[in-house]
Amino acid sequence: MKFEKYRIEAENICVDYNGKVALYDATLRLKAGQICGLVGMNGAGKTTFFNALTGFVNLSKGIIRINGESLKTAQQDQSVAYVPQNEGIDSDFPINVWDIVMMGRYGSMNILRSPRESDIQAVKNAIGRVDLLEHTFTPIGNLSGGQRKRTFLARAIAQRASILLLDEPFSGVDIRTEKLISELFLEFKKEGKTILISTHDMIHIREFCDLVLLINKTVVAYGDTSEVFTPENITSTFGGMSPDFLFGPES
Amino acid sequence: MDGYFISLNINSFVSEPLTHDFMRKAILISSLVAAVCGLLSSFLTLKGWALMGDAVSHAVMPGVVVAYALGVPFSLGAFIFGVGSVALIGFIKQKSRVKEDTVIGLVFTGFFALGIVLVSKIKSNIDLMHILFGSPLGISLSDIQQTIFISILVVLLLSIFRKDLMLYCFDPRHAKTVGINVGFLHYLLLTCLSLAAVVGLQTVGIVLVVAMLITPGATAYLLTDKFDRLSLISILSSIVSSVLGIYLSYWFDIETGGSIVLVQTFIFLFAFLFAPRYGIFKFKKLLSSE
Repeated sequence: MKFEKYRIEAENICVDYNGKVALYDATLRLKAGQICGLVGMNGAGKTTFFNALTGFVNLSKGIIRINGESLKTAQQDQSVAYVPQNEGIDSDFPINVWDIVMMGRYGSMNILRSPRESDIQAVKNAIGRVDLLEHTFTPIGNLSGGQRKRTFLARAIAQRASILLLDEPFSGVDIRTEKLISELFLEFKKEGKTILISTHDMIHIREFCDLVLLINKTVVAYGDTSEVFTPENITSTFGGMSPDFLFGPES
Repeated sequence: MDGYFISLNINSFVSEPLTHDFMRKAILISSLVAAVCGLLSSFLTLKGWALMGDAVSHAVMPGVVVAYALGVPFSLGAFIFGVGSVALIGFIKQKSRVKEDTVIGLVFTGFFALGIVLVSKIKSNIDLMHILFGSPLGISLSDIQQTIFISILVVLLLSIFRKDLMLYCFDPRHAKTVGINVGFLHYLLLTCLSLAAVVGLQTVGIVLVVAMLITPGATAYLLTDKFDRLSLISILSSIVSSVLGIYLSYWFDIETGGSIVLVQTFIFLFAFLFAPRYGIFKFKKLLSSE
């Protein structure tokens, strides 16, 4: 793996849904071990950005390279893991923690997806890392918001992806989960994983994002958090509203 | 009916119909069809494809008629029109501002109407009533062979791709992310739906086949939080409904397809009321609070 090169390279990507532009001319480059915050209003294109990086929507323009390879190769290499928002999950689905985490291994299993000993170990290990061992066989519907979030984080760990995309990882979680996720992020960083998180929570961005990407249909500002995450930039990202109004004076 | 029913010897209730060859055949074939539809039902319930099931099962009608007229296996015609209808739904939805449920309703009724018109125009030995309402008691040998073949095919496909389909229903984005071909799974499920609609119409007919595809899964969904169990309960409730439905149809001289679907509906209502966790009486809560 070429660590000196970029893990994620998105060059001038455009996405439109049936003629409606959702994202245009967006560029992002991230290296190994970098944590980047993705900030924007609802409808600013955060989810579209994630959809593009997971290959869930087609680009109308631009190119995405993951570890220097095409998106298709990255998918086959299990390079990208996506951790969905809690709202994006059907919590009535008849499935338990173990089965969800095992889905992280599907891409590298045989066609019947029958787990090998190594898969079982990876799943156990991942569930242990997010501290859910006592809930291993709990149906998803009986988990709290934080436990649910940790389940999907465990799936990403089991997948052994080098890039993690997290959609609102801190929304609707308890303090314990929040602390655990923060600790995991620092571990991931040490392991050389690249992390992109979308969040509404400005405090978390300052806490552990090296870089921040402000978007409003396109890139408003991008760079080191200390330089880019200014009240002026945030205001223009959120369509002219002042950050004080949006997040209270302490932001 | 109670006096008649109670005085009836249970033994003869079960065994007497089995002395007839057509009843043995009907019960065996209906059980097979029920098992296939029940298995598929567990996926459709989770994917939220009830309306799609309704659409496809009606849209296969012209395919069945044309296939009969041309003398090719009716499953082939059904398959082409089933998948074709969904492709058309997708196309119209994308190219117009009409909402999806409207497009679905519009396309399948159009196909269905075409089928009815074709039956009346193509003079053949097709009995419209048999296609519309099923005729498990009068099923022909070639239909039996085809039904068995399709059933095995559908069960095989759903078994091989069981876990992928579960993932596709649960979290298609993750499937895509780890390099699983989501488009293939979409059309696989669609293919199985078209084929199941074809075998289903043998027993309950086109009008009611959608019940075979959604009711057993919905019933099972109220009874368990495990996917494997959901499929199993769905298959069992489907088979029980078919067998019981045929018996009731025999003893009370009522329409077979309607009888089967009514039994399914009653089983669903029973689960709806009395399911331990998800029924409206929530017996588990009552028991644990004592």
